[in-house]
Formats: sequence, structure tokens, C-alpha cells
Amino acid sequence: MNSTTYPITSDKESPAGWKFFLGELKPRGKWLTPFNIISIPIIITGLVLIVIRFWYGLGSVSNVNQEIPWGLWKGFNVVTGVAFAGGAYVLTFIVYILKVDKYHSIVRVTVLNGFLAYMFYAGALVLDLGKPWNIFNPIIGNNFGANSVLFLVAWHFLLYIIAQLIEFSPAIAEWLGSRRIHKILSGMTIGAVIFGITLSTLHQSGLGALFLMAKEKIHPLWYNEFIPILFLVSSVFAGLSMVIFEGSISQRVFSDKISKKHKDERKGIVHTLSKICAFAMFAYLFMQLLVFIHGKHYSLLNTKMGYWYLLEMIGFVLVPMLLYFYSYRNFNLKVSRIAAIITIVGIVLNRLNVSIVAFRWDAAVRYVPSWMEVVVSITIILIQIWIFRWVISRMPVLNEPPKWANNGH
Amino acid sequence: MSINRRDFFKTIGITGMTIIGVNASGSNLSANDKTEFHGILYDSFACVGCQSCEMACAEAHGLPAPEDEIKTGVLRKTSEKQRCVINSYSTPQGDVFVRNQCMHCNEPACVAACLTQAMYKTKEGPVIWREDKCMGCRYCMISCPFDVPKFDYSSTNPKIQKCDMCYDRIIKGEQPVCVEACGVALFYGTRRELIAEARKRIAENPGVYVDEIYGERVAGGTGYLYLSPVAPNEIGFNTTLQNSSYPALTKGFLYSVPSVFVLVPTLLLGIHEATKSNKLKQINEDEDE
Repeated sequence: MNSTTYPITSDKESPAGWKFFLGELKPRGKWLTPFNIISIPIIITGLVLIVIRFWYGLGSVSNVNQEIPWGLWKGFNVVTGVAFAGGAYVLTFIVYILKVDKYHSIVRVTVLNGFLAYMFYAGALVLDLGKPWNIFNPIIGNNFGANSVLFLVAWHFLLYIIAQLIEFSPAIAEWLGSRRIHKILSGMTIGAVIFGITLSTLHQSGLGALFLMAKEKIHPLWYNEFIPILFLVSSVFAGLSMVIFEGSISQRVFSDKISKKHKDERKGIVHTLSKICAFAMFAYLFMQLLVFIHGKHYSLLNTKMGYWYLLEMIGFVLVPMLLYFYSYRNFNLKVSRIAAIITIVGIVLNRLNVSIVAFRWDAAVRYVPSWMEVVVSITIILIQIWIFRWVISRMPVLNEPPKWANNGH
Repeated sequence: MSINRRDFFKTIGITGMTIIGVNASGSNLSANDKTEFHGILYDSFACVGCQSCEMACAEAHGLPAPEDEIKTGVLRKTSEKQRCVINSYSTPQGDVFVRNQCMHCNEPACVAACLTQAMYKTKEGPVIWREDKCMGCRYCMISCPFDVPKFDYSSTNPKIQKCDMCYDRIIKGEQPVCVEACGVALFYGTRRELIAEARKRIAENPGVYVDEIYGERVAGGTGYLYLSPVAPNEIGFNTTLQNSSYPALTKGFLYSVPSVFVLVPTLLLGIHEATKSNKLKQINEDEDE
């Protein structure tokens, strides 16, 4: 990599600093890519819808109702999205705690992904709040609803975003070329990692614990007192499957950013991640089976919801698990990627089932998201991808950090 | 007026304890507020379905007066514009009226759910919603087993609408407007008094009421209590609800949080230290080369 791309300025910002920022804001490369042509109209529509949502109230855009008050924005963007961001805590655990260096080349991009995911899902949450101007009430002031699971999740969200920012910050320092700040920030990494993993275990399970009080409202095949643990275990393979999937895409899109050495490394990484996924899914499936047997809901299997449940468990957990095992045994990366995609769909299914489909499955008026909700949901993800791309093409995330920063972080 | 030695010491003692705020004798001093939970007893046998409680409620809380009339078999629901409704159910005992509104649970799920303490269980018993604290996340609606809190989706500054047992009137010593407007089927008092009254009615009118006070045990006990000539499932109550407290369902998770916060970082730090030495050696070797 040519390190001249990253101007090495002195510690104090030079007078031309803002010019550097303005220059970095400008797009690089071609404008009229297929991705841009598709995403720009969607984003514009989505932004208009967000304005309408704040101008006329939530009901003007969203189909949520009195019985099913949480719709796509919470069920998909928040509850599902956070599961996919789980790769960050699993990989930081492997790289910084277990010191398995093999995964070092993908840890930065995963943390960046996780950080952006949390930022934007917090954004989705704000859209969904009725009184977003009161969002700081549980953070400041004397309004601590400390016995609320949501209070816990909110705090962990906030703290984890900060922890991830610290984990990623050396890359920002390298981009700006400030060596002294880089040294300080790198020194904070391990603390942020330990704190971040702890927060992750708690809020990944906490998102499941949110539904514990809705005991009679969630279909018995999905409700059980182990939702928090099931959410935590499934976040391991959800996150890693996302890492495999995202890696296979960025390897193509940002091919020029990844060195030959890393490209070869990546094959080995996908190979062993497949194994971790397979075992995590085995543990998850086994727990689901135990929960099912203890719940004694055999008769419910022969209903519409029962078939839906079986589809989720067999088609989207058992099948990808077997595919992962197969891909590991036969060193078949293609099968790994297929398994990753099926797993991702399965996690979307599972989270939406708990939060929307099985939630008040008996309600007279079913919740079906409006097209406007779907567009806003997609808009949030697309903006996230835009920012992801902007960061990737400027900061040393996929490519090697500058020589001076080569200290193992 | 004479005062003997013994009375003198007693007076001194009580005064002293009152000043330092110790209530050793266990008597009802100001430091120990013995306010009991209050509630409302609804006697569905006495209710005639006149809707005057609905009208009074709408007027007292600045809501539009309900226009739809009660029809047997047609389920009316509370909404963001209506805090209470009367429904009529066709049962083996004939048509029975039922009033639906917030149940004012002893251990409310909505209060445990609220992360800003906007939903609040007052010491007098009513569960109230405080607008300035609410952020509109609607987790109370997810958690409430009775589906009570209603959200105004059409507003840019939405409110959660639900019965607050006219808390502003209660603290002034007045009765809730519905109780005042009704006079035959709704009774206000402490929960203890109401249960005693309900028991008395069941005992004195054999064959009129089923021997069950709905609300005495459901969801850990509620402030609203129901007397009815038929079983609760005949008049629209969800009989799958548990009798124990709903917030207790999240207790296990919440209690595990401090342990996780102590144990996980310690474990991680331990593993980190254990694996560090290898790494350091490697680095040193690299530097030696």
C-alpha cells in the first residue's frame, strides 16, 4: 500500500486541516455504479418518509397498532440488526483475548461494521419513539427506571457504541496521521474490548429478555424463559455468518484494498469460522430442542404456526448447520457462503418471529408492515453501507495500516 | 394536671424517637407511611350498562364523549380516545356487562417495563403515566398482560392513554369520577376493604355471584376487582394469564447482570493475561532478530 495516501501531519492539526476533511468528503471513483443507481432513489424516498413521519406522526407511515406496538423498525432494524453486529464481540474475543492472530486482518472491518450497525439501529429506534426528545431521560436526570430490561439495553447500547468507537479509533488516528493520539487510543483497545464483550453478552441476551413479560402474547413455541440465552447463543453464529457474507462481498468490491497475503488468509478464516458457526448452531439447536421438549407443546406442531416453527428450526438452523459442517470437512468455501446466507435469513426469521409474527399471533388485526416502513428500514441499511464504503475507501480498515502504526492493533 | 414519672419517660421517649426518625414501637408515626393500595370494586351484576361512567371519564380527562352504544356480542375496546369501556357478553346467565380499563396491578408489568419511570405505581394504588418522562417507546404496551396502555399514533406529540383512577382527585381525598357518576356498581376504597365487601356480597347472595373475585390473584393481584355472576372466561377475560407477578419474569435476568459484570471481565482479563506472556515472548524474539 502506498502510504502517501495518508498525509502524516504533526500532532497539532495543521491550518489546512479542514481542507483535508473537505477533500475526504468528496466521492472517489465512479458515480454511476449499479449500487448507486439503485440506492440513491431509495434513500431519497426514505428520507422523505422520515420527514412525513415526524410531520404527521408515526401512524402516517407505520402500520403498527395498539395490539402490536413494535413493528419492522424495532423488530428488524434493532432486534435483528444487533444480532448481526454480534460478530464484533466474538472476533475481538478471539483476536484480543485469545490472541489468535489469524483473524487479525478482519477484526477492524468487523468492528467498523458493528459500530455503524449500532449507530444506525439507534437511529431506527429514534424514528420509532413517540417522544424522541425525551430519549436522554433514562441517561441523565432522575428518571432511572433501573428495574426495566429496556433501561439496561439502552445503557448497554450507548456504552457499547463508545467501546466500539475506541476499538476502531486507531484507524481514525491513522487516517488523520496523528501518531501520539494513535498511541493513546491503541493502549485503550484491550480495556474497550473487555468492556465491550461484557456489554455484548448482556445486551444480546437483554434484547431477548425484553419479551419475557409478554408471556401470553408470544406463541408458546417461541416464548420460553430461555429467550435471553437463545438470543445470546444465536448472536454468535449470526454475527460470524454476517462476517463471512460481508467478507465475500467486500473481497470483490474492495478487491484493490486487500493485499494478496490477506486474500489467502481470508480463505483460512472463512474455513475455520464455518466450524465455529457449525458448533454454535449445534449448541443452539440442542437448546431449542430441550426447550421444546420441556415445553411439551407437541400438539402445537401440527398447526400453521407449528409448520412455521419447524421451517425455521429445520430449514434455517439444521440445514445451514449441516452445510457448515460439510464445508469445513471438504474445505468448500462456496458452501460456507451459501450456509452463511441461509443462516442470515434464518436469524431474520427467528427475530421477526419472536418480535412480530408470533407476537399476538392470535390478534384479530395482523400487523403487516407498510411499504413505507420497508423503504425506511432499507434506507437505514443503505445509508449505513454508504458510510461503510466511505470509511473503507479512506481509512486503513481492509488494507494495511501505515508503517508507523504497525504495532499489532 | 399531674404527670407521673412513668408517663413522663414515655412521652420523652416517643418524642425523641419521632425526632430522630426511629419508629421502634412500630406505631403509625409519620416516618412510617401506612398508606394502603386503593382500588375499585366493580359489581357486574349491579351494572346496568348506562355508560355514565364512560361519559364522566371522557369529560374529566378531556376526551371525546363515546358515541357507540353497547351491543351484546360486539367488542368495544379502549383506545387512545377512550380510557374505559363497558361491554355486554351473552352468557348462560343472560347478558352480563363488563367494564374494561386499566387494572392497576399491585406489581404492574408496565411500570417494570418503563425505562424512564413514566409509568409509575403510586403509593395510593393507581398506576399513573407521567408525560414529561415518557419517550414513547411503547414497551409498556408490549409488557401489559391486559393490553391496557394505548398510544396515539396519529399525533406528533403522542400520549399514552390509560385510566389513572383519577389520581389527581384521589390525593385530594375525592373519589374517581366513574365511581361518583355510577353509584350502584362501582365502589372505591382500600383494596383490603373492597375484598372484604366482595366476600360479603358473595356470601350474602348465594347463587348470584360465582365464588371468585377476579383481580384478587391474577397478575399478582390488581387494584380493580370484579364481582360477576359468571366465570371470568365468559366475560372476555384471558384465563391464560398467570397469577404471579409479571415483573418477576425478568427478575432472573436482571439479577444476573451484576454477576456478569463482575465475572465476565475478570475471566476475560485472566485469559488475556494468560495468553499475553506467549505473545510478549514472540515480540521479544522478533526484536532480537
